[in-house]
Amino acid sequence: MAAETATFGGTTSPARQRRTRTPRQIAGRAAIYLVLILGAVGAAFPFFWMLTTSLKTRNEATATRPSVFPATPQWHNYVEAWNTAPFGRYFFNTTFIAVMVVLGMLFTTVLAAYAFARLEFFGKNAIFALFLATMMIPFEATLIPNYITITRLPNPNTLRFVADFPFLTMAASWYNTYWALIIPWTANVVSVFLLRQFFISMPQELYDAAALDGCGHLRTLWSIMLPLARAPLAATIIFSFLGSWNSLLWPLLVTGKDTLRPLQLGLSYFVNAESNDPQLLMAASAFTILPIIVVYFIAQRQFIEGIASSGLKG
Amino acid sequence: MAQASGQIGSDPTLSGVNPLRTGVSGAATTTRRRAAGRRDNLLAYLFLAPAIIVLGVFNFFPLFFSFYISLHNWRIRKVAFVGLDNYTEALRKPEFWQSLGNTVYFVIGTVPITMALALFLAYLLFQKVRFLSFFRTVYFLPYVTSSVAAAAIWTWIFNARSGILNQLLSGTGTQLRWLLEPKGVFAMMADRVGLTLPAFLHGPSLALVAIMAVAIWHLLGFDIVIFLAGLGNINKELYEAARIDGASEWAIFRRITIPLLAPTISFLTIISTIGAFKAFNEIYVMSLSTGGNSAKAGNPLGSTQTVVVYVYNQFYSSQRLGYGSAIAFLLFAIIFTLTLLQLRLGRRNEAI
Repeated sequence: MAAETATFGGTTSPARQRRTRTPRQIAGRAAIYLVLILGAVGAAFPFFWMLTTSLKTRNEATATRPSVFPATPQWHNYVEAWNTAPFGRYFFNTTFIAVMVVLGMLFTTVLAAYAFARLEFFGKNAIFALFLATMMIPFEATLIPNYITITRLPNPNTLRFVADFPFLTMAASWYNTYWALIIPWTANVVSVFLLRQFFISMPQELYDAAALDGCGHLRTLWSIMLPLARAPLAATIIFSFLGSWNSLLWPLLVTGKDTLRPLQLGLSYFVNAESNDPQLLMAASAFTILPIIVVYFIAQRQFIEGIASSGLKG
Repeated sequence: MAQASGQIGSDPTLSGVNPLRTGVSGAATTTRRRAAGRRDNLLAYLFLAPAIIVLGVFNFFPLFFSFYISLHNWRIRKVAFVGLDNYTEALRKPEFWQSLGNTVYFVIGTVPITMALALFLAYLLFQKVRFLSFFRTVYFLPYVTSSVAAAAIWTWIFNARSGILNQLLSGTGTQLRWLLEPKGVFAMMADRVGLTLPAFLHGPSLALVAIMAVAIWHLLGFDIVIFLAGLGNINKELYEAARIDGASEWAIFRRITIPLLAPTISFLTIISTIGAFKAFNEIYVMSLSTGGNSAKAGNPLGSTQTVVVYVYNQFYSSQRLGYGSAIAFLLFAIIFTLTLLQLRLGRRNEAI
């Protein structure tokens, strides 16, 4: 402690402090790293086990004395797993739904957030309070009524709105359509809140300058605010995309056929059916996880910052 | 210290980010600032219309509709008005109470442990360690993994016949049935030492505990990232001042870090409690794949059937929408009350 106080007196640079360490402090550092490494092993082990199991033969995977690594990597497990269910279709469905959800979410929330931040209108505070109140309604509590709503809403296809794929369906309601999987998720109050905070935090001069240049609200929003709002937009996009990509319960209720099923639902059926072939199940899990992990590594900073900023900063 | 927390609370750009805490105060300031300006009613309503329509149809309306459905015997369509019968039926049924008990186990077993572990790891990460971003990346990986895929991997790890856990245990002569085990964990421990516990002390089934472990593994990274952000917002001069005064590391943690993290802790408590109450995916996949009965989730013996899974089962295998809605509405009432309570408590903590 004495050594530390002395360093504090001399300089505040952390690099300098590091040099004068007592053996006890060094032991402390070692303990910290040990715990962190143990934690990392715990977090990563299931992924490792998934990958190595996915490359084993069935006998290797289910042996009573398993080896850590397969004798020869069985890459064909991936091909086999891919072919046991229409995974191509599942991937398309999930990606299509997630992208549409994100686009819809951006459309509704950007406009709403801008209105709350920059426009004056009758009932503004009351409407905003109502928006916030919806955060208290868990989606699980509205499952059944929403299901009934979906089965009652007229199918736009019967109005010949979109004549063919991908909105094709024989049903007269939204049941078994992409509409049911997309539209309910296109408004997100947390995103409205995040973006509204951002629009409010922008300096008034920016808005005044835009107005002087003859920009209307829509123009200001589109060409001045949105380019600046990259960080909050990234956060909302990530949340909405992840939420849609990972959803299971809702698709379980409103889809009744394989061609509409998203990836998670497809994989969950696979878990059921293939428990005798763990190597195939692990291969399927691996390729369902892969795209999200790749996106995560590319946009890691946005992920972490987005989560952190949505959490809170004070 | 009081000054520092006041500073964090009053800074509009910082405090405004947490939607649960600030409410409409931000809107009020803008109103005042632009009170002189003209109103743009039409444009504003046009801007708001898409969000209002979607939220109205799929969030607000269903809340009331749900209550209406819950007052009826509702199969595929409405059969008859039954008043509060669905509610009294739920309160009389052991199955409902079991599911509520499972949910409570799940909440109590996951939320505090996840947060304590996350705070511990985040605090270590915050001690200027090297490879910070490496550790953060690894800890965060489970969170970006879909819960279905995570459940699939863990189902295999927990596999009673050839999963890795039982193989590691085989040296000790113990073999556990993990996801197939409906027996309470406390009862199992008591059995070991030859005791018999009364039924209400049996605790969550081993199957449910295994699922809880997966939930903790899955959410840990999220809490770590939030805690890291919270730690980063604590003024470093406070630590330095405390060190100069000779405060021990533990005293610093106890007297500076924890109080200043109170808003972060209360925020995480609220969202993870709500999340745990609503947990479905892991439970559904892990109990479905081992239960044998594909029509009904929550095996073995209903010991992993939480309230949400119960609602789902009422809907999916029994087609009892009225009864299911009544349970869902009870769930909503519980979550709503808890959120309000926690907001209250959170506010009080912040005042300290």
